[in-house]
Amino acid sequence: MKEEIVIAGFGGQGVLSMGKILAYSGVMQDMEVSWMPAYGPEMRGGTANVTVILSDERISSPILHEYDTAIILNQQSMDKFEKDVKPGGTLIYDGNGITRHPERTDINIYRVDATEEAARMHAVKTFNMIVLGGYLKVKPIVKMENVIAGLKKSLPERHHHLIPMNEKAITRGGEIINEVSLVE
Amino acid sequence: MRELKLMKGNEAIAEAAIRAGVDGYFGYPITPQSEVMETLMAEKPWETTGMVVLQAESEIASINMVYGGAGCGKRVMTSSSSPGVSLMQEGLTYLAGAELPCVVVNVVRGGPGLGTIQPAQSDYFQTVKGGGHGDYKLITLAPASVQEMADFVETAFDLAFKYRNPVMILSDGVIGQMMEKVELKEFKPRWTADYIEQNHPWATTGKKKDRAKNIITSVQLEASVQEAFNHKLQNKYQQVEENEVLFEETMCDDAEYLVVAYGSSARICQKSVELAREKGIKVGMLRPITLYPFPTRQLQERAKQVKGILSVEMSAGQMVEDVKLAVECKVPVEHYGRFGGSVHSPGEVVEALEQKLIGG
Amino acid sequence: MSDINTIIKPENIIYKKTDVLSENELHYCPGCSHGTVHKLIAEVIEEMGIQDKTIGIAPVGCSVLAYNYLEIDWQEAAHGRAPALATAVKRLMPENYVFSYQGDGDLAAIGTAETIHACNRGENIVMVFINNGIYGMTGGQMAPTTLPGMPASTCPAGRDVSHDGAPIKISEILAQLPGTCYVTRQAVHTAANVRKTKKALKKAFENQAANKGTSLVEVVSTCSSGWKMTPTKANEWMEENMFPYYPLGDIKDE
Repeated sequence: MKEEIVIAGFGGQGVLSMGKILAYSGVMQDMEVSWMPAYGPEMRGGTANVTVILSDERISSPILHEYDTAIILNQQSMDKFEKDVKPGGTLIYDGNGITRHPERTDINIYRVDATEEAARMHAVKTFNMIVLGGYLKVKPIVKMENVIAGLKKSLPERHHHLIPMNEKAITRGGEIINEVSLVE
Repeated sequence: MRELKLMKGNEAIAEAAIRAGVDGYFGYPITPQSEVMETLMAEKPWETTGMVVLQAESEIASINMVYGGAGCGKRVMTSSSSPGVSLMQEGLTYLAGAELPCVVVNVVRGGPGLGTIQPAQSDYFQTVKGGGHGDYKLITLAPASVQEMADFVETAFDLAFKYRNPVMILSDGVIGQMMEKVELKEFKPRWTADYIEQNHPWATTGKKKDRAKNIITSVQLEASVQEAFNHKLQNKYQQVEENEVLFEETMCDDAEYLVVAYGSSARICQKSVELAREKGIKVGMLRPITLYPFPTRQLQERAKQVKGILSVEMSAGQMVEDVKLAVECKVPVEHYGRFGGSVHSPGEVVEALEQKLIGG
Repeated sequence: MSDINTIIKPENIIYKKTDVLSENELHYCPGCSHGTVHKLIAEVIEEMGIQDKTIGIAPVGCSVLAYNYLEIDWQEAAHGRAPALATAVKRLMPENYVFSYQGDGDLAAIGTAETIHACNRGENIVMVFINNGIYGMTGGQMAPTTLPGMPASTCPAGRDVSHDGAPIKISEILAQLPGTCYVTRQAVHTAANVRKTKKALKKAFENQAANKGTSLVEVVSTCSSGWKMTPTKANEWMEENMFPYYPLGDIKDE
């Protein structure tokens, strides 16, 4: 099994930490992982993105030009990464602020309106966990117990009391994700 | 019990240094390597192992603090990124001239000048051809994973003390900033004062009555003395070249073409090799792990077998010169690489291979 | 006439060269202050019984070979970097005594950043600063401490303050920093001044023993070769010209 993912959105949406939790879940499941951020000024105000790879085998390049899955959280990232999803691959996006929806017909497209849902849950900061929950529903590559273990490893201990809330958000993400595939 | 952690390359360097029993780290912040000192400051090793960690006023000061510590026979290190390492060149030539062991990490970014904070491999010449003045060499290790960032700290100190020579860990923004799974080693105690006295009798630990004073210096006013000293250095470098070459080969046995790449570029090229093989191109990869000493002999061997060699590095073409020197025009050698902070993708390398060697 | 060997007896000794000073012949010019200051440091080291614990950091300049004259462990630094070396040596071996020995070009020009920051951190070291207002080793070029109007090979018509700036009073600057505990300016051109300088050096090393912070002992000196004067004339010139600009005495003592 090998899953090559890009997660892209605005700085501050929790893109990097979502990638880190996913990567740590992979470690907990004894997989090989890599987490490669686009770092630097791009992160501030502009787009933030991270490439995460989970694999049963040794990972070669941490930098990719095409992905099995793209998780897209703003319009700039849609413009940048929609074309880089491998044919037959998966695109997951949050519809909030999206003015041009994905158009490809050779990939599987899912929509998870996590911004809206996080606001409804009065837990804006769990936004990225709702997205992660949606992703794991579509691609259950790591077990929930390992995701929780990954969360524990990623969060500093003083934030461990937030784990139940994050777990709830992950579950909710799985419930609200919808396929909007344009595959004919 | 092995301890697995998900860490950035920069964090791994710091953790490995504490666990290896390093005595001192002296640094100055610069992107993309600041996590090294940040991790050390958060871990507070002075409370546990007694390791000294100090933020200096400049890279010039930090490399000279390294000189002072190394002169005492202590295991000391610094880290920086390209513009900061340029400032350290004076210190590095003095360290080499005084035959002092130390470890310097360069998490390379794009240049010249202030350049970009994005990853690059354009400090190859500066590192292996001697960025400072005089006839000297830095033993250079090029990690290609976060695990190697951690492992090479101890390897580098072993080499540094074996040869009494500075060792450079030449990394880049990709390896420094990416996170991978790392297995950390057990804690090792720092060297005791007695151990240093016995094993490094040259160190300035305070002149005991039963020995002559120790002087750490690189000044030789007499040309004949300086020449003799240089011969000694050259003999040492010859030993290094004979004994310390490290490289890794991937799918080379049946290769008709060879990619040569180090560090993060080697990781990218590993994928390129997979992609090219899917297309039926028989390509292998040679990854120099030591850039100095360079795996010249192994390249000469592979040159007998392949139709062409592509040197792939994130620079305008630096290592390619050493590849050409090794291959001695026996087969075509081409360079490919994005640079100035841009990183080539696995696919771009395959295209370059097809265009520059196979199609041509 | 009595045999000399009947006179050379321990009970007859009224002055003996300290063993911390080596037998090597000094390479310094006649009239140079370095030899005297070397001797004073050696005597302080002997009196405090710290020969086996002291690490000296030599500079670039005339005293680049200072390590030939004191029987202690030494490190020779790149130009201006002695305070950085001293910082690491002291922090890694806090039980040892560490001093830097630097000239004006080394301490107050090329190494200004290292000097100021070592003092600002309050590194528990001694800095010995020889200020003779000229670059002796390289042949008499202008120093950061060259006096206004004073000629040097790179200001043959004399230092022009409007062009080169005024000479820097680095000790006064360093005394402002909270990390320094003792900043003093001395000279070694008379027996009385030699005694005062030795007292100052001893105090500086004692401050290190008491973990008090950075001690700086400036010694205003002559350079008869660089100044192109006889040693006697150089001493007179120093009293008339250097002392008014660089007045002797303690600048800070806490």
